[in-house]
Amino acid sequence: MSTRTWAFVLIGLLVAIALAVGVSRFSSAEPDGLEKVASEHALDTGEAAHATAGGPLADYTTRGVDDPGLSKGVAGIVGVVVTFALAGGLVGFARISHRRRPAEPT
Amino acid sequence: MHIPDGFVDAPVSLAAGAIAIGGVAIALRQAGKDDLAARAPMTGLVAAFIFAAQMVNFPVASGTSGHLLGGLLAAVLVGPWLGSLAVTTVLVVQCLLFADGGVSALGLNVVNMAFIPTFIGYGLFVLVRRVVPATRAGVLAATAVAALASVALASLGFTIEYALGGNGAAPVGAVAVAMVAVHVVIGIGEAVITTLTVGAVLASRPDLVHGARDVERRRLVGPATA
Repeated sequence: MSTRTWAFVLIGLLVAIALAVGVSRFSSAEPDGLEKVASEHALDTGEAAHATAGGPLADYTTRGVDDPGLSKGVAGIVGVVVTFALAGGLVGFARISHRRRPAEPT
Repeated sequence: MHIPDGFVDAPVSLAAGAIAIGGVAIALRQAGKDDLAARAPMTGLVAAFIFAAQMVNFPVASGTSGHLLGGLLAAVLVGPWLGSLAVTTVLVVQCLLFADGGVSALGLNVVNMAFIPTFIGYGLFVLVRRVVPATRAGVLAATAVAALASVALASLGFTIEYALGGNGAAPVGAVAVAMVAVHVVIGIGEAVITTLTVGAVLASRPDLVHGARDVERRRLVGPATA
């Protein structure tokens, strides 16, 4: 990959962090489409507590950070960095394992 | 549209989990091919952008909100194989780190949000592109149509899962109508955000838009230079 493309990726990540830290403060707190339909049609009668609801970043808040905007912002930065690394790493890993495979007819 | 635990019964959730694992395995195999793997950083960026965009719910009619699903955006930017991997990564991180989307419903959510919009939605994008001019406007028109449809199709995915193993008692027809009606409105937001994003990438780096790789560069970079 060229330097120009890395620069593009870096700028894109800064845009993502701006969304997760800045714009997310203005996020609507209304139920989303599925939640709305679920409550109106009683689809949620069997809903169970989330298995990771006690995690340090559950519900996009950072445990131990009291300011709501900052709490969400820190969670957002962690999410952006982790998804970038995992998705990029997954594709990189796929390439390495593909190369190790014996040649196959194409 | 993240399904929590307990909305859909265990057999249907497990079956969706099996489909999700199989689909990811196929996508990973495709991703290992050289022309795709060079786009690993772009796939990471697409995943990070979708994660961030999903933190911003926009209001739609009558006390309801929606957020970008991003599957069609991912497929247009990096192709359906890498795009489905990007959205799957987002869903896994949201589920495990942020308690968003049930652990037992992860397969359902991957099918609805990572597979349906990237594969069926992108198929629709390709079909629309055949009947519109091979220009910037044509690519953006196909993006808008497919983005809107991808959200409605994802909501139908949930409806089918509900029909097969939903724990609620509401009739399937009523759920289908309610789901599609609200998600067509949310889909308008999806179309706006997706089209703006693809337009911005086309304006700066048209070579990074997988869905427009067959279009001459001079027809992509904007009306001023077309």
